Amino acid sequence: MQDAAEIAEGIREGRRNALARMISWAENADPRFPAALASIYPRVGGSWRIGVTGPPGAGKSTLTNALAVELRRREKTVGILAIDPTSPFSGGALLGDRIRMEDRTSDPGVFIRSMASRGSHGGLARAAVDACDAMDAFGFDAVVVETVGVGQAEYDVVGAADTVVVVLCPGAGDGIQAMKAGILEVADVLVVNKADVDGADRLMLDLSEAVHTRSIRREGREAEWEVPVIAATATKGEGVEKLLEHVEAHRRFLEGGDLSEMRRRKRVQQVRRVVDERLDEELWGPRGYAERADSGLRKSATPYDVAEEILAAILGNGMETQ
Amino acid sequence: MVERKIRVLVGKPGLDGHDRGAKTVATVLRDHGMEVIYTGLHQTPDQIAEAAAQEDVDVVGLSILSGAHMSLFPRVREELEKRGMGHVLLTGGGIIPTDDMAELEAQGFAKLFGPGTPTDDIAAWIKSTMEARWENEEVQT
Repeated sequence: MQDAAEIAEGIREGRRNALARMISWAENADPRFPAALASIYPRVGGSWRIGVTGPPGAGKSTLTNALAVELRRREKTVGILAIDPTSPFSGGALLGDRIRMEDRTSDPGVFIRSMASRGSHGGLARAAVDACDAMDAFGFDAVVVETVGVGQAEYDVVGAADTVVVVLCPGAGDGIQAMKAGILEVADVLVVNKADVDGADRLMLDLSEAVHTRSIRREGREAEWEVPVIAATATKGEGVEKLLEHVEAHRRFLEGGDLSEMRRRKRVQQVRRVVDERLDEELWGPRGYAERADSGLRKSATPYDVAEEILAAILGNGMETQ
Repeated sequence: MVERKIRVLVGKPGLDGHDRGAKTVATVLRDHGMEVIYTGLHQTPDQIAEAAAQEDVDVVGLSILSGAHMSLFPRVREELEKRGMGHVLLTGGGIIPTDDMAELEAQGFAKLFGPGTPTDDIAAWIKSTMEARWENEEVQT
């Protein structure tokens, strides 16, 4: 069994095993994780974090792989966290993103980790940020988090990155679909992948228009980042260089503003996640509120009545009830 | 602490273009609640071991139908050991004669499965073996 000091030491020394183990601790909410993080925390903050999201099949893994190739060409090291969904039926997951990144496996400048989204308790974003912190402390120039953009938990994951890249592709609905899904709000850079496929031009146009409309609405306010729309064919590596240039531009934009404040704001979210997760575990586990809720409902009280009773018990007299 | 999941890497070493078996096993293990990393076709032992290390898996399962198991399987084991991954539960399957199976098992492969093995048996074996290991770990600490 390893202890936190050993793992932290391993990360400082650049041992990939130690990094791998620390990410496992993050995933399992292992009690040794906080101490290990504390020990390497001064090293966190050097990596530029890129979130990549988009609908299933848009080409996120392929684009992430192409990004890694381009970063390596520029002699930058890169850590990749590839998140795939956990089956709600079996609790298992098939993590296949590596298939499209396998050429990178033997490159010492690249580290790839697959993560399953796991339960519904919202631990995903917390674990993903923890894993990114570990990779950051390990010393990668860039950390890329890739996840399918389907729900709140996934938005939380990419939202924690410095630059969010949203990947779309033609044939999966028009630009209106993208606007519906809230994809424009989260994006710092939009990529239309599979640009060689019919309909790509149309999607480019729709997105550019939508982005432009947004920026008109915001005019007059402080300096705003104008979201670029880039065409790419990730399988051929086309458009990737341009994408990286826009990521760099976004970085300069943030660094010219208040990067540290933005990062701290995102850290606050992480504090909330840890608190929420621990409270959830504690209250519904050892404190036995699940049983209490059950017995309350047996007395045919409404869910609100039972909730009020439990809240009063948790928060004491400080809370107005009834 | 979150419920611990068994992480398995399913690998196909060497020049062997048939991965229906590997994919079937991967899917079955997923359906038994495991987190399965499938790395695709034509992997070198080096790539498989490195992926296993980065993914910090508990189990590595190799599938091979090409007949090169006696040279490739031991090399995967060596590469794993080189990376401090000697602790992983090493298993595999494919067209492997029983004599070879016995020899590989003597070399440190925990168990090998041949054609016709009910897939649920593989899942059950991995589960019970890992659970026993973890219980053992807890006793030791």
